[in-house]
Amino acid sequence: MKIEVNGEAREVNSATVSDALQELGWANARVATALNGTFVPAAARDDTPLTAGDRLEVLAPMQGG
Amino acid sequence: MRNFYGVTLDTPLMLGTAQYPSPAVLEAAFRGSNASVATVSLRREGGQGQAFWDIIRGFGVHILPNTAGCYSAREAITTAQMAREVFETNWIKLEVIGHSDTLQPDPFGLLEATKTLAADGFEVFPYTTEDQVLAARLLDAGARVLMPWGAPIGSGLGLNNRYGLKTLRAAFPDVAMVIDAGLGLPSHAADAMEMGFDAVLLNTAVAQAGDPAAMARAFGMAAQAGALAHAADPMGPRDMAAPSTPVLGKAWL
Repeated sequence: MKIEVNGEAREVNSATVSDALQELGWANARVATALNGTFVPAAARDDTPLTAGDRLEVLAPMQGG
Repeated sequence: MRNFYGVTLDTPLMLGTAQYPSPAVLEAAFRGSNASVATVSLRREGGQGQAFWDIIRGFGVHILPNTAGCYSAREAITTAQMAREVFETNWIKLEVIGHSDTLQPDPFGLLEATKTLAADGFEVFPYTTEDQVLAARLLDAGARVLMPWGAPIGSGLGLNNRYGLKTLRAAFPDVAMVIDAGLGLPSHAADAMEMGFDAVLLNTAVAQAGDPAAMARAFGMAAQAGALAHAADPMGPRDMAAPSTPVLGKAWL
């Protein structure tokens, strides 16, 4: 199905946030996730289903002031 | 002794990690400054996030994640939740920006987000103005630290409203306060510390200097000098001269 990952259209086969992270190569990365603007804690990724058109944000530590 | 949610900092300098020419210069700046806190952010993972995490952890300082670039309470709250998980800290430098030219805080969104986050166990460092009424509301909402601006972010103007900052400092003598944003020179940092603030937070003034490591060191020394001076109870200014050399015993020539 088609979802948006970090603002880009992506085709994924995953049914959950946790599977999508695996599929996108972020299985072991230190990242935080939000789905459609709502925070998805790491512990909830397995149980958070994906639907076509979802917006997934995957954020990582970055420089800041 | 005022502290930051139970943490007493070794030095009164908080340093940003953005805009440095290279990771090596960033590291040199941190080593030279003796900063005790590093501010960081969360952005879309583009491949550099993991390496950056390793670098800042190596500094051995407290990590203060921000919500920079958020223009609504909702956005800032979600960012804070994500930051808590990634950086494993309840500390959050809460920025809810109200205007893109001045980057001044949106007081209404800031208050709303502070309320929600404090109730959710966050230790909020709200980026605010020198407004005393807003400060009182933020404290009511659960903030135990305030971060009034010196001047707009990145402007380097120093302490734009010394009267307002002085009044704010005097109004809440038990609240830890950090002058955040707008500092351009080490003398601005010393000035803030001499006024009784507990720390200064800056980024651009160091990162954009010709020699960031040297400037970081200068800011570290200035902040510590200012803190020492404040603790030493400075003399008050006077309008007329007063001789420092004894008049008594001067020869009749």
